[in-house]
Amino acid sequence: MTEVSTDTPMIRLSAVDKYFGALHVLRDIDLEVPRGQVVVVLGPSGSGKSTLCRVINRLEPVDSGSIALDGVPLPAEGRALAELRADVGMVFQQFNLFAHKSILDNVTLGPIKVRKSGKAAARDEAMQLLERVGIADQADKYPAQLSGGQQQRAAIARALAMRPKVMLFDEPTSALDPEMVNEVLDVMTGLAADGMTMLVVSHEMGFARRAAHRVLFMADGEVAEDSVPEDFFQAPATDRAKDFLGKILTH
Amino acid sequence: MHVITDNLSLYRDGLVTTLRICLYSGLLALLLGTIMAACRVSPLTPLRAVGTSWVTVFRNSPLLVVLFFMAFGLPELGINGTYFVFGTIGLALYTSAFVCEAIRSGINAVPPGQAEAARSVGLGFGQTLSLIVLPQAVRSVIPPLGSVMIAMIKNSAIVGAFGVGGDLFSVGENLTSAQGEAALPVLIGVMLGYLIITIPAGLLLGIVERKVAIAR
Ligand SMILES: Nc1ncnc2c1ncn2[C@@H]1O[C@H](COP(=O)(O)OP(=O)(O)O)[C@@H](O)[C@H]1O
Ligand SMILES: [Mg+2]
Repeated sequence: MTEVSTDTPMIRLSAVDKYFGALHVLRDIDLEVPRGQVVVVLGPSGSGKSTLCRVINRLEPVDSGSIALDGVPLPAEGRALAELRADVGMVFQQFNLFAHKSILDNVTLGPIKVRKSGKAAARDEAMQLLERVGIADQADKYPAQLSGGQQQRAAIARALAMRPKVMLFDEPTSALDPEMVNEVLDVMTGLAADGMTMLVVSHEMGFARRAAHRVLFMADGEVAEDSVPEDFFQAPATDRAKDFLGKILTH
Repeated sequence: MHVITDNLSLYRDGLVTTLRICLYSGLLALLLGTIMAACRVSPLTPLRAVGTSWVTVFRNSPLLVVLFFMAFGLPELGINGTYFVFGTIGLALYTSAFVCEAIRSGINAVPPGQAEAARSVGLGFGQTLSLIVLPQAVRSVIPPLGSVMIAMIKNSAIVGAFGVGGDLFSVGENLTSAQGEAALPVLIGVMLGYLIITIPAGLLLGIVERKVAIAR
């Protein structure tokens, strides 16, 4: 009756419904993301992409249905939920680095306060991560002193410092000046190549083609298409997706 | 004006008593107000209800009524103490409601993404509040909190008049009614006494404000 652990999906949503008041934002979503898979989610504004990300680490509670991470159902509140969130890295459109802390402290805070790592060990690991995302020389600065691309790479390092099982990205490059988009996508591509399980809300087609195993197209709170990148971008099945691709391809 | 110089030691003792009332009330009000602000932003409904009720009761009752409750209500419940203790606690309770609202507005001024990022990293409610939100709220909290504290210093006159006695305000009253001194010079002395407390308090506030502004 129990599944072999490697077959347990890393993320599983079953019949998830989410409302904001009368607005039905997620409609009966069923989704399984296997370990190591990179999923790109796209769709028109307001289709529920951010909400999908946010229910997965319960920044938003769901109204019905269930969500499990690595086979463990999401706890409702309290310490158990906090522990589970520590295993899920989240990267926001607006970076959300802790404004009153240096870049290094942003990265070491979680390991020290949540994982109870020693300060020296947390610092060493943080410096390695900052090296990996290419901003080790910015470690002692405050977020406001960094460019958008640097801030977003710091935010990725902060999430990685928790050694997450899954990384969620909600439009990580949408707030960036165009010349900074690639430095962030390169870091993400590297992560994907290393086998991280990723759910990425993004309209960056280059990234989707290069790094994604799977593309979800959302419309009106539903997953309207679920396919591989080549198929989706060459021959979308639904008119809504065709219409949407037509719009994003023109700019 | 010689009434002031003649009674300098009375004035000095009054100043000290007023300072003591303000120090104890201020510290207690800061403590209670911070706890209540944490309650008001807590995810737990019962705690939010406690915070909201607290503020509703103490912000909307006249200080004098709160003091009456302390001095005459508490002894009926078997809790006894001096007027000084009751008055100080009453002033603290009353002030804590305003402290709570000042801190809460500061918390609300911190972008919600900060708390979301903190929760995403796995911090609990208490850690998110104490490590991420409150340190950033401090900057916008200092000015309104300063106004609350200066209002409290002035309200300490009511506590003194209510029966604690010996504070700045009572010194003035004593000099005019019991010793028959002319009111105007006596009151000028009283006012100078309060200004000796409030003006440096305001200056200190400005310094603190600049300090926390630099420490982003
Ligand atoms: N906190 C909220 N309260 C009320 N409505 C919300 C809230 N967050 C999102 N919505 C609404 O839910 C819908 C889906 O939002 P979202 O998931 O952010 O879409 P997307 O990320 O695809 O643009 C939108 O109509 C949005 O206005
Ligand atoms: Mg969105």
